[in-house]
Amino acid sequence: MAEGITDLDMDSFDEAISSSDTPILVDFWAEWCGPCKMIAPILEEIASEHEGIKIAKVNVDESPDLARRYEIMSIPALIVFENGLPAKKLIGAKPKGALLEEIGEFL
Amino acid sequence: MGDNVNDIRDAIIIGSGPAGLTAAIYTARANMAPLVIEGEPSSTSDQPGGQLMLTTDVENFPGFPEGIMGPELMMNFRSQASRFGAEFITSKVTSVDFSARPFTVWVGEETYQARTVIISTGAQSLMLGLPNEDRLLGHGLSTCATCDGFFFRDQEIAVVGGGDSAVEEATFLTRFASKVYLIHRRNELRASKIMRERALSNPKLEILWNTQVVEIQGDEKLSGVVLEDTTTNAQRSLSVQGLFIAIGHRPNTDLFRDQLELKENGYLVTEPNSSETQVPGIFACGDVQDDYYRQAITAAGSGCMAAIDAERWLEEHST
Repeated sequence: MAEGITDLDMDSFDEAISSSDTPILVDFWAEWCGPCKMIAPILEEIASEHEGIKIAKVNVDESPDLARRYEIMSIPALIVFENGLPAKKLIGAKPKGALLEEIGEFL
Repeated sequence: MGDNVNDIRDAIIIGSGPAGLTAAIYTARANMAPLVIEGEPSSTSDQPGGQLMLTTDVENFPGFPEGIMGPELMMNFRSQASRFGAEFITSKVTSVDFSARPFTVWVGEETYQARTVIISTGAQSLMLGLPNEDRLLGHGLSTCATCDGFFFRDQEIAVVGGGDSAVEEATFLTRFASKVYLIHRRNELRASKIMRERALSNPKLEILWNTQVVEIQGDEKLSGVVLEDTTTNAQRSLSVQGLFIAIGHRPNTDLFRDQLELKENGYLVTEPNSSETQVPGIFACGDVQDDYYRQAITAAGSGCMAAIDAERWLEEHST
Protein backbone atom coordinates (compact mmCIF):
# COMPACT_ATOMS: atom_id res chain seq x y z
CA MET A 1 0.00 0.00 0.00
CA ALA A 2 2.41 2.68 1.17
CA GLU A 3 5.74 3.38 -0.48
CA GLY A 4 8.39 1.02 0.73
CA ILE A 5 6.07 -1.30 2.66
CA THR A 6 5.59 -4.76 1.15
CA ASP A 7 2.66 -7.03 1.89
CA LEU A 8 3.87 -10.55 2.58
CA ASP A 9 1.90 -13.77 2.81
CA MET A 10 2.65 -17.50 3.18
CA ASP A 11 3.84 -17.71 -0.45
CA SER A 12 6.15 -14.71 -0.45
CA PHE A 13 7.35 -14.58 3.15
CA ASP A 14 10.32 -16.98 3.26
CA GLU A 15 11.86 -15.76 0.02
CA ALA A 16 11.54 -12.11 1.07
CA ILE A 17 13.08 -12.71 4.50
CA SER A 18 15.96 -14.94 3.39
CA SER A 19 16.96 -12.86 0.37
CA SER A 20 17.06 -9.51 2.15
CA ASP A 21 20.49 -7.97 2.60
CA THR A 22 19.18 -5.52 5.20
CA PRO A 23 17.13 -6.14 8.35
CA ILE A 24 13.38 -6.43 7.72
CA LEU A 25 10.81 -5.30 10.25
CA VAL A 26 7.59 -7.28 9.81
CA ASP A 27 4.35 -5.83 11.17
CA PHE A 28 1.82 -8.55 12.03
CA TRP A 29 -1.57 -6.84 11.92
CA ALA A 30 -5.29 -7.25 11.18
CA GLU A 31 -8.14 -5.09 9.98
CA TRP A 32 -10.02 -5.46 13.31
CA CYS A 33 -7.13 -4.29 15.50
CA GLY A 34 -7.45 -0.61 16.50
CA PRO A 35 -3.89 -0.18 17.86
CA CYS A 36 -2.55 -1.70 14.59
CA LYS A 37 -4.21 1.13 12.67
CA MET A 38 -2.61 3.70 14.93
CA ILE A 39 0.94 2.50 14.25
CA ALA A 40 0.49 2.00 10.49
CA PRO A 41 1.27 5.67 9.64
CA ILE A 42 4.30 5.58 11.98
CA LEU A 43 5.70 2.58 10.11
CA GLU A 44 5.13 4.37 6.81
CA GLU A 45 7.15 7.32 8.11
CA ILE A 46 9.96 5.07 9.33
CA ALA A 47 10.00 3.27 5.96
CA SER A 48 10.46 6.54 4.10
CA GLU A 49 12.95 8.05 6.55
CA HIS A 50 15.26 5.08 7.12
CA GLU A 51 16.88 3.26 4.23
CA GLY A 52 18.80 0.82 6.38
CA ILE A 53 15.72 -1.22 7.26
CA LYS A 54 12.94 -2.66 5.12
CA ILE A 55 9.39 -2.79 6.39
CA ALA A 56 6.83 -5.44 5.51
CA LYS A 57 3.35 -6.38 6.71
CA VAL A 58 1.64 -9.69 7.32
CA ASN A 59 -2.13 -9.78 7.68
CA VAL A 60 -2.69 -12.46 10.35
CA ASP A 61 -6.24 -13.07 9.13
CA GLU A 62 -4.93 -14.05 5.71
CA SER A 63 -1.76 -15.76 6.92
CA PRO A 64 -2.60 -17.41 10.26
CA ASP A 65 0.17 -20.00 9.69
CA LEU A 66 2.82 -17.28 9.82
CA ALA A 67 1.33 -15.89 13.03
CA ARG A 68 1.43 -19.39 14.51
CA ARG A 69 5.00 -20.02 13.35
CA TYR A 70 6.21 -16.95 15.27
CA GLU A 71 3.96 -17.66 18.27
CA ILE A 72 2.11 -14.40 18.01
CA MET A 73 -0.55 -14.04 20.71
CA SER A 74 -1.06 -10.31 20.58
CA ILE A 75 -1.04 -7.68 17.85
CA PRO A 76 0.35 -5.37 16.72
CA ALA A 77 3.51 -7.50 16.90
CA LEU A 78 6.68 -6.34 15.19
CA ILE A 79 9.48 -8.78 14.48
CA VAL A 80 12.84 -7.64 13.12
CA PHE A 81 14.50 -10.33 10.96
CA GLU A 82 18.25 -10.19 10.42
CA ASN A 83 20.06 -12.65 8.15
CA GLY A 84 16.79 -14.52 7.76
CA LEU A 85 16.23 -15.03 11.48
CA PRO A 86 14.07 -13.24 14.04
CA ALA A 87 16.34 -10.91 16.00
CA LYS A 88 13.85 -8.88 17.99
CA LYS A 89 10.14 -9.06 18.81
CA LEU A 90 8.11 -6.09 20.01
CA ILE A 91 4.54 -6.39 21.17
CA GLY A 92 1.91 -3.68 21.36
CA ALA A 93 1.52 -0.24 19.81
CA LYS A 94 4.17 2.34 20.75
CA PRO A 95 4.81 5.96 19.87
CA LYS A 96 7.34 6.64 17.13
CA GLY A 97 10.16 7.73 19.42
CA ALA A 98 9.91 4.62 21.58
CA LEU A 99 9.73 2.39 18.52
CA LEU A 100 12.81 3.98 16.93
CA GLU A 101 14.69 3.51 20.18
CA GLU A 102 13.77 -0.20 20.28
CA ILE A 103 14.88 -0.83 16.70
CA GLY A 104 17.82 1.61 16.79
CA GLU A 105 20.43 -1.14 16.50
CA PHE A 106 19.01 -2.19 13.12
CA LEU A 107 18.75 1.23 11.49
CA MET B 1 3.02 24.32 11.05
CA GLY B 2 6.03 26.25 12.30
CA ASP B 3 4.62 27.02 15.71
CA ASN B 4 6.63 28.83 18.27
CA VAL B 5 5.97 29.56 21.88
CA ASN B 6 4.41 32.93 21.12
CA ASP B 7 1.49 31.62 19.07
CA ILE B 8 -1.47 31.81 21.41
CA ARG B 9 -4.37 29.69 20.29
CA ASP B 10 -8.05 29.96 21.08
CA ALA B 11 -8.32 26.34 22.20
CA ILE B 12 -6.19 23.34 23.05
CA ILE B 13 -7.97 20.01 23.45
CA ILE B 14 -6.18 17.33 25.46
CA GLY B 15 -7.37 13.83 24.54
CA SER B 16 -9.13 12.43 21.50
CA GLY B 17 -11.95 10.06 22.40
CA PRO B 18 -15.59 10.83 21.54
CA ALA B 19 -15.56 13.84 23.92
CA GLY B 20 -12.36 15.46 22.68
CA LEU B 21 -13.10 14.91 19.01
CA THR B 22 -16.65 16.25 19.31
CA ALA B 23 -15.21 19.32 21.05
CA ALA B 24 -12.73 19.53 18.15
CA ILE B 25 -15.52 19.42 15.54
CA TYR B 26 -17.51 22.15 17.31
CA THR B 27 -14.59 24.45 18.10
CA ALA B 28 -13.19 24.03 14.58
CA ARG B 29 -16.55 24.98 13.09
CA ALA B 30 -16.60 28.01 15.40
CA ASN B 31 -13.29 29.14 13.81
CA MET B 32 -11.33 28.53 17.00
CA ALA B 33 -8.68 26.48 15.10
CA PRO B 34 -8.29 23.94 17.92
CA LEU B 35 -5.05 22.08 18.54
CA VAL B 36 -5.84 18.50 19.57
CA ILE B 37 -3.06 16.78 21.52
CA GLU B 38 -4.42 13.34 20.87
CA GLY B 39 -2.15 11.01 22.85
CA GLU B 40 0.27 8.29 21.83
CA PRO B 41 -0.28 4.87 20.27
CA SER B 42 -0.43 2.06 22.83
CA SER B 43 -2.25 -1.22 23.22
CA THR B 44 -4.24 0.02 26.20
CA SER B 45 -7.28 2.28 26.20
CA ASP B 46 -4.92 5.23 26.83
CA GLN B 47 -4.39 5.98 23.12
CA PRO B 48 -5.68 8.26 20.36
CA GLY B 49 -9.36 7.49 19.83
CA GLY B 50 -9.71 6.24 23.41
CA GLN B 51 -11.51 3.20 24.71
CA LEU B 52 -13.51 2.56 21.52
CA MET B 53 -10.24 1.73 19.73
CA LEU B 54 -10.31 -1.56 21.63
CA THR B 55 -13.89 -2.54 20.84
CA THR B 56 -15.50 -4.24 17.86
CA ASP B 57 -19.17 -3.63 17.13
CA VAL B 58 -20.61 -0.50 18.71
CA GLU B 59 -24.32 -1.25 18.67
CA ASN B 60 -25.70 1.65 20.70
CA PHE B 61 -24.26 4.73 18.99
CA PRO B 62 -27.23 6.45 17.30
CA GLY B 63 -27.07 6.81 13.54
CA PHE B 64 -25.63 3.37 12.80
CA PRO B 65 -28.59 0.98 12.62
CA GLU B 66 -26.33 -1.97 11.73
CA GLY B 67 -23.66 -1.00 14.29
CA ILE B 68 -20.17 0.23 13.49
CA MET B 69 -16.66 -0.92 14.44
CA GLY B 70 -15.19 1.13 17.31
CA PRO B 71 -11.93 2.08 15.52
CA GLU B 72 -13.85 3.01 12.38
CA LEU B 73 -16.22 5.25 14.35
CA MET B 74 -13.27 7.04 15.94
CA MET B 75 -11.48 7.46 12.59
CA ASN B 76 -14.71 9.05 11.32
CA PHE B 77 -14.83 11.45 14.29
CA ARG B 78 -11.22 12.39 13.61
CA SER B 79 -11.62 13.02 9.88
CA GLN B 80 -14.71 15.10 10.57
CA ALA B 81 -12.68 17.29 12.96
CA SER B 82 -9.80 17.51 10.43
CA ARG B 83 -12.19 18.54 7.69
CA PHE B 84 -13.02 21.71 9.62
CA GLY B 85 -9.42 22.55 10.36
CA ALA B 86 -8.63 20.91 13.70
CA GLU B 87 -4.90 20.32 13.99
CA PHE B 88 -3.49 17.16 15.62
CA ILE B 89 -0.35 16.30 17.54
CA THR B 90 0.15 12.57 18.20
CA SER B 91 1.83 12.91 21.58
CA LYS B 92 1.04 12.94 25.25
CA VAL B 93 0.94 16.10 27.29
CA THR B 94 3.72 16.04 29.87
CA SER B 95 2.64 18.94 32.06
CA VAL B 96 0.28 21.90 32.25
CA ASP B 97 0.15 25.29 33.94
CA PHE B 98 -3.38 26.59 34.50
CA SER B 99 -2.34 29.19 37.10
CA ALA B 100 -1.52 31.92 34.58
CA ARG B 101 -3.11 33.13 31.35
CA PRO B 102 -2.72 32.22 28.60
CA PHE B 103 -2.69 28.62 29.80
CA THR B 104 0.41 26.59 29.01
CA VAL B 105 0.63 22.97 27.94
CA TRP B 106 3.95 21.14 27.49
CA VAL B 107 4.61 18.18 25.25
CA GLY B 108 8.18 17.24 26.13
CA GLU B 109 10.27 20.27 25.12
CA GLU B 110 7.50 21.88 23.09
CA THR B 111 5.36 24.61 24.63
CA TYR B 112 1.81 25.41 23.54
CA GLN B 113 -0.38 28.21 24.82
CA ALA B 114 -4.11 28.88 24.56
CA ARG B 115 -6.87 31.06 25.95
CA THR B 116 -9.03 28.01 26.70
CA VAL B 117 -8.21 24.36 27.36
CA ILE B 118 -10.66 21.49 27.02
CA ILE B 119 -9.68 18.38 28.99
CA SER B 120 -10.91 15.07 27.60
CA THR B 121 -8.23 12.61 28.69
CA GLY B 122 -10.73 9.88 29.53
CA ALA B 123 -10.05 6.87 31.70
CA GLN B 124 -7.76 3.89 31.33
CA SER B 125 -8.07 0.22 32.17
CA LEU B 126 -6.91 -0.96 35.55
CA MET B 127 -4.48 -3.85 35.81
CA LEU B 128 -4.47 -6.51 38.54
CA GLY B 129 -1.11 -5.39 39.94
CA LEU B 130 0.16 -8.97 40.38
CA PRO B 131 3.72 -10.23 39.78
CA ASN B 132 4.27 -11.64 36.24
CA GLU B 133 1.58 -9.33 34.85
CA ASP B 134 3.97 -7.08 32.87
CA ARG B 135 6.16 -9.97 31.77
CA LEU B 136 3.29 -12.04 30.37
CA LEU B 137 1.50 -9.14 28.68
CA GLY B 138 1.33 -10.13 25.02
CA HIS B 139 2.23 -13.71 25.89
CA GLY B 140 -1.22 -14.92 26.84
CA LEU B 141 -2.17 -11.97 28.99
CA SER B 142 -4.09 -9.27 27.17
CA THR B 143 -5.84 -5.96 27.67
CA CYS B 144 -7.42 -6.03 24.18
CA ALA B 145 -9.91 -8.82 23.48
CA THR B 146 -10.64 -7.52 19.99
CA CYS B 147 -6.92 -7.48 19.09
CA ASP B 148 -5.96 -10.80 20.57
CA GLY B 149 -9.06 -13.04 20.76
CA PHE B 150 -8.22 -14.40 17.30
CA PHE B 151 -5.09 -16.11 18.65
CA PHE B 152 -7.01 -18.22 21.17
CA ARG B 153 -9.08 -20.27 18.76
CA ASP B 154 -10.22 -23.54 20.39
CA GLN B 155 -8.35 -22.75 23.61
CA GLU B 156 -9.56 -22.23 27.16
CA ILE B 157 -9.26 -18.69 28.43
CA ALA B 158 -10.50 -16.44 31.23
CA VAL B 159 -11.73 -12.88 31.60
CA VAL B 160 -11.44 -11.03 34.93
CA GLY B 161 -14.19 -8.57 35.86
CA GLY B 162 -17.95 -8.20 36.17
CA GLY B 163 -18.92 -4.93 34.52
CA ASP B 164 -20.14 -4.22 30.99
CA SER B 165 -16.72 -4.38 29.40
CA ALA B 166 -15.81 -7.69 31.06
CA VAL B 167 -19.09 -9.32 30.08
CA GLU B 168 -18.87 -7.91 26.56
CA GLU B 169 -15.31 -9.19 26.17
CA ALA B 170 -16.17 -12.62 27.56
CA THR B 171 -19.12 -12.91 25.17
CA PHE B 172 -17.00 -11.74 22.23
CA LEU B 173 -14.21 -14.21 23.07
CA THR B 174 -16.61 -17.19 22.87
CA ARG B 175 -16.45 -16.66 19.08
CA PHE B 176 -12.90 -18.02 19.19
CA ALA B 177 -12.24 -19.90 22.41
CA SER B 178 -13.63 -23.35 23.22
CA LYS B 179 -14.40 -22.15 26.74
CA VAL B 180 -14.38 -18.78 28.49
CA TYR B 181 -14.35 -18.43 32.28
CA LEU B 182 -15.55 -15.11 33.63
CA ILE B 183 -13.85 -14.56 36.97
CA HIS B 184 -15.81 -12.21 39.18
CA ARG B 185 -15.22 -11.40 42.82
CA ARG B 186 -18.90 -10.77 43.64
CA ASN B 187 -21.99 -12.97 43.37
CA GLU B 188 -23.74 -10.82 40.79
CA LEU B 189 -22.73 -8.97 37.64
CA ARG B 190 -22.67 -5.17 37.48
CA ALA B 191 -23.17 -5.31 33.71
CA SER B 192 -26.36 -4.06 32.06
CA LYS B 193 -29.34 -6.41 31.79
CA ILE B 194 -28.91 -7.11 28.07
CA MET B 195 -25.22 -7.99 28.53
CA ARG B 196 -25.98 -10.15 31.59
CA GLU B 197 -28.61 -12.13 29.75
CA ARG B 198 -26.29 -12.70 26.79
CA ALA B 199 -23.60 -13.97 29.12
CA LEU B 200 -25.84 -16.21 31.22
CA SER B 201 -27.34 -17.89 28.15
CA ASN B 202 -24.01 -18.48 26.40
CA PRO B 203 -23.11 -22.20 26.61
CA LYS B 204 -19.36 -21.58 26.18
CA LEU B 205 -19.23 -19.10 29.05
CA GLU B 206 -18.89 -20.15 32.67
CA ILE B 207 -19.02 -17.58 35.43
CA LEU B 208 -16.86 -18.22 38.48
CA TRP B 209 -18.64 -16.25 41.21
CA ASN B 210 -16.99 -14.89 44.38
CA THR B 211 -13.60 -15.56 42.87
CA GLN B 212 -10.46 -13.52 42.42
CA VAL B 213 -7.12 -14.05 40.74
CA VAL B 214 -4.26 -14.12 43.25
CA GLU B 215 -1.46 -15.40 41.03
CA ILE B 216 -0.63 -15.43 37.32
CA GLN B 217 1.47 -18.39 36.20
CA GLY B 218 3.67 -19.10 33.20
CA ASP B 219 7.30 -18.98 32.06
CA GLU B 220 7.48 -18.10 28.34
CA LYS B 221 3.71 -18.05 27.99
CA LEU B 222 0.80 -17.80 30.37
CA SER B 223 -0.18 -21.26 31.59
CA GLY B 224 -2.78 -20.63 34.25
CA VAL B 225 -3.94 -18.70 37.28
CA VAL B 226 -4.40 -19.34 40.97
CA LEU B 227 -7.91 -18.43 42.11
CA GLU B 228 -9.18 -17.64 45.57
CA ASP B 229 -12.76 -17.99 46.75
CA THR B 230 -13.62 -14.63 48.32
CA THR B 231 -15.98 -16.22 50.86
CA THR B 232 -13.90 -19.21 52.04
CA ASN B 233 -10.38 -18.09 51.00
CA ALA B 234 -9.88 -21.55 49.50
CA GLN B 235 -7.38 -21.55 46.63
CA ARG B 236 -7.24 -23.61 43.46
CA SER B 237 -5.44 -23.57 40.12
CA LEU B 238 -7.12 -23.06 36.78
CA SER B 239 -5.26 -23.91 33.61
CA VAL B 240 -5.91 -21.33 30.85
CA GLN B 241 -3.90 -20.22 27.81
CA GLY B 242 -5.27 -16.71 27.77
CA LEU B 243 -6.22 -14.14 30.41
CA PHE B 244 -8.05 -10.92 29.59
CA ILE B 245 -8.32 -8.15 32.16
CA ALA B 246 -11.40 -5.92 32.34
CA ILE B 247 -11.69 -4.87 35.97
CA GLY B 248 -12.61 -1.25 35.45
CA HIS B 249 -11.06 2.11 34.80
CA ARG B 250 -9.38 5.01 36.49
CA PRO B 251 -9.57 8.58 35.19
CA ASN B 252 -6.48 10.07 33.54
CA THR B 253 -6.17 13.03 35.87
CA ASP B 254 -2.59 12.73 37.15
CA LEU B 255 -1.59 15.77 35.05
CA PHE B 256 -4.15 17.98 36.76
CA ARG B 257 -3.83 16.79 40.34
CA ASP B 258 -2.26 19.99 41.66
CA GLN B 259 -4.21 22.43 39.50
CA LEU B 260 -7.85 21.36 39.45
CA GLU B 261 -10.25 19.96 42.00
CA LEU B 262 -10.67 16.18 41.87
CA LYS B 263 -13.33 14.00 43.44
CA GLU B 264 -12.23 11.40 45.97
CA ASN B 265 -12.21 8.76 43.23
CA GLY B 266 -9.89 10.90 41.09
CA TYR B 267 -12.43 12.21 38.56
CA LEU B 268 -12.40 15.92 37.67
CA VAL B 269 -15.06 18.10 39.27
CA THR B 270 -17.21 20.16 36.88
CA GLU B 271 -20.01 22.60 37.67
CA PRO B 272 -23.54 21.11 37.52
CA ASN B 273 -24.97 21.14 33.96
CA SER B 274 -21.78 22.63 32.62
CA SER B 275 -18.28 21.64 31.56
CA GLU B 276 -16.64 24.39 33.64
CA THR B 277 -13.91 23.46 36.10
CA GLN B 278 -12.90 25.67 39.04
CA VAL B 279 -10.45 27.50 36.78
CA PRO B 280 -12.30 29.87 34.43
CA GLY B 281 -11.33 29.03 30.84
CA ILE B 282 -10.56 25.36 31.59
CA PHE B 283 -13.32 22.95 30.62
CA ALA B 284 -13.65 19.18 31.01
CA CYS B 285 -15.75 16.61 29.17
CA GLY B 286 -16.13 12.87 28.72
CA ASP B 287 -15.09 10.07 31.05
CA VAL B 288 -12.44 12.15 32.83
CA GLN B 289 -15.29 13.95 34.63
CA ASP B 290 -18.03 11.30 34.38
CA ASP B 291 -17.99 8.39 36.82
CA TYR B 292 -21.63 7.56 36.22
CA TYR B 293 -22.80 7.32 32.57
CA ARG B 294 -19.47 6.61 30.81
CA GLN B 295 -20.93 6.09 27.33
CA ALA B 296 -19.53 7.19 23.96
CA ILE B 297 -22.68 9.19 23.29
CA THR B 298 -22.67 10.99 26.66
CA ALA B 299 -18.96 11.72 26.18
CA ALA B 300 -19.69 13.17 22.73
CA GLY B 301 -22.56 15.21 24.17
CA SER B 302 -20.37 16.63 26.91
CA GLY B 303 -17.67 17.40 24.33
CA CYS B 304 -20.19 19.53 22.49
CA MET B 305 -21.06 21.29 25.77
CA ALA B 306 -17.39 22.01 26.46
CA ALA B 307 -16.89 23.48 22.98
CA ILE B 308 -19.89 25.77 23.33
CA ASP B 309 -18.87 26.75 26.88
CA ALA B 310 -15.35 27.56 25.66
CA GLU B 311 -16.62 29.56 22.69
CA ARG B 312 -18.97 31.66 24.86
CA TRP B 313 -16.29 32.16 27.49
CA LEU B 314 -13.90 33.45 24.81
CA GLU B 315 -16.56 35.84 23.48
CA GLU B 316 -17.21 37.22 26.95
CA HIS B 317 -13.53 37.60 27.74
CA SER B 318 -12.14 38.90 24.46
CA THR B 319 -11.03 42.49 24.53
